[in-house]
Amino acid sequence: MTAVLETRGLGKQYGRRWALSDCTLDIPAGRVVGLVGPNGAGKTTLLHLAVGLLRPTAGTIRVLGDAPPANPAQLARVGFVAQDTPTYAGLSVADHLRLGARLNHNWDAGLASDRIARLGLDPAQRAGKLSGGQRAQLALTLAVAKKPELLILDEPVASLDPLARREFLQGLMETVADQQDEEVSVVLSSHLVTDLERVCDYLIVLAGSKVQVTGDVDRLLATHHLLTGDRRHPATLPPGQEAISASHTDRQTTLIVRTNGPIHDPAWTVSAIGLEDLVLAYMSRGAAPERRPALEVQR
Amino acid sequence: MTWLTWRQFRAQTVVASAGLAVLAIVLVITGPQLAHTFDTTVIGCRAHGDCTGVINALQRQDTAVQDLTRLLMYVVPAVIGLFWGAPLLARELETGTYRLAWTQGVTRVRWFGVKLVLTGLASVATAGLLSLMVTWWWSPLERVGAGRITPGEFSQGGIVIIGYAAFAFALGVTTGLLIRRTLPAMAVTLAIFVAVQLAVPFWVRPHLIPPLRSVSALNVANIQGVSIRAPGNELFVSAGPNIPGAWIYSAQVTTAPGSTDLGPSPAACGPNSGYNQCQATLARMHLREVVTYQPASRYWTFQWYETAIYLAVALVLAGFCWWWVRRRVA
Repeated sequence: MTAVLETRGLGKQYGRRWALSDCTLDIPAGRVVGLVGPNGAGKTTLLHLAVGLLRPTAGTIRVLGDAPPANPAQLARVGFVAQDTPTYAGLSVADHLRLGARLNHNWDAGLASDRIARLGLDPAQRAGKLSGGQRAQLALTLAVAKKPELLILDEPVASLDPLARREFLQGLMETVADQQDEEVSVVLSSHLVTDLERVCDYLIVLAGSKVQVTGDVDRLLATHHLLTGDRRHPATLPPGQEAISASHTDRQTTLIVRTNGPIHDPAWTVSAIGLEDLVLAYMSRGAAPERRPALEVQR
Repeated sequence: MTWLTWRQFRAQTVVASAGLAVLAIVLVITGPQLAHTFDTTVIGCRAHGDCTGVINALQRQDTAVQDLTRLLMYVVPAVIGLFWGAPLLARELETGTYRLAWTQGVTRVRWFGVKLVLTGLASVATAGLLSLMVTWWWSPLERVGAGRITPGEFSQGGIVIIGYAAFAFALGVTTGLLIRRTLPAMAVTLAIFVAVQLAVPFWVRPHLIPPLRSVSALNVANIQGVSIRAPGNELFVSAGPNIPGAWIYSAQVTTAPGSTDLGPSPAACGPNSGYNQCQATLARMHLREVVTYQPASRYWTFQWYETAIYLAVALVLAGFCWWWVRRRVA
């Protein structure tokens, strides 16, 4: 399996602040990848680096085998829906489709107009008069009709109401599923894991401008456990088990532990962990590395 | 890319074309009348003496159109910079649509190049057409006016406005790129453009070509004023040299050896004698008139120089924008 997106020590600095640092990733092809992290974690920076809107300060990034933005050919192979789904307010829906057709060699006019018709958008409508959900759909239509191998969406549903969110993500998945002839990889970011849970099979958690965890969703769920037991320090865990987060009451300790093997210690009650709890554990770890959960803090 | 540029620039093109068309109609209706007045009155009277009356009459014809064309020649380059140049990139950066445009199958360098070149050519063409029409319309008036090389008239015709428009446009694009917001970029563009337009006639244009210097015996008919200043009873004479259509830098009256100190005033120019006596006395003093000036024949040389300077600055700005878009932005 080849990587559609490959970074090595990737970093981007604005002034003295690193928006993204030491990011090493391999995103396999054919997956729907969720990029989760709190606001300001560096998600947009990473995605802008991937589509070539930004240039890295440190490290390397390769998208579909080339450093972006290598050439028009590579631009044509990557579809991008930017945050807040920008469109030209003065141009009509039909104008946007023409724009896509003029600027992209592989443009699928049939797919674009079918999608617009199915969404019930009026082609003569100006994009500035569309609702947020409709505008997001228009931006997605532009991105998918160029027949990309990699589709990148930056917080596409952040500004949508819950119903529009569901419709948008459903439409996205249907569109991806419809491309039987070629495999499309999707990367979409959100600060809410609930948005991604239903659609993603691969997860990257970004917090504090660093990658906290990355991997196949099923595998992440299989290797993380929620442990509850009598109060004790997480450092007492056997080797091979890593505490991602710990919380304590007077008598009880709750740990989220990562391990490849089974947990045999009978002192713990082991239960399965939800994706949301898992992500939150990594996010809080990344957000405050200097305040790792420690026993003393809770006393 | 050409299509997108046209689509985004369509409204501006329509407005500019309509404006030029309306102006063309007005000028085509009034222009021949002006030329007719010139042919029938001014040319006839020039054969025999004083034409002041008919020239005044000609200059009072169609004053509204005269004022309009003068205004347009000043304002159009600035408007191009403000409304075509400044928003070109600032609006894309401000509304975030550059993220849409730069992730289509066209590189941002090409995207910027096509937009810049097509809109820039439209700017230059608009200014050029305007100047062509206005210069044609003004030609009778210009032949009785102060001389088209003089600072007040210089930018009212010819080709410099093409340089002004190109510069204003490139300036607008640059400020828009650096400031990234449309309205502040427009304000900064206007401020810089006005400052440059004021600075060039005063500090740049006079030095483009060294002026001519003519020294001649003072023709007493050219004397514009005689004054005597206390305490030394010094004589001062000011003269208006008669060099048709020239741009006069300075005109000084000196003594025969070349000193500007004319010495004490002769009694004939005192408060108790008449001007004719004074004039006759001055005529006998062998005074000289030293004039530094640009002759009217240098009009086109100045036009080409100044246009070339403005175009060169516009190209430098465009090159900077190209580099910035390629390397820095986003």
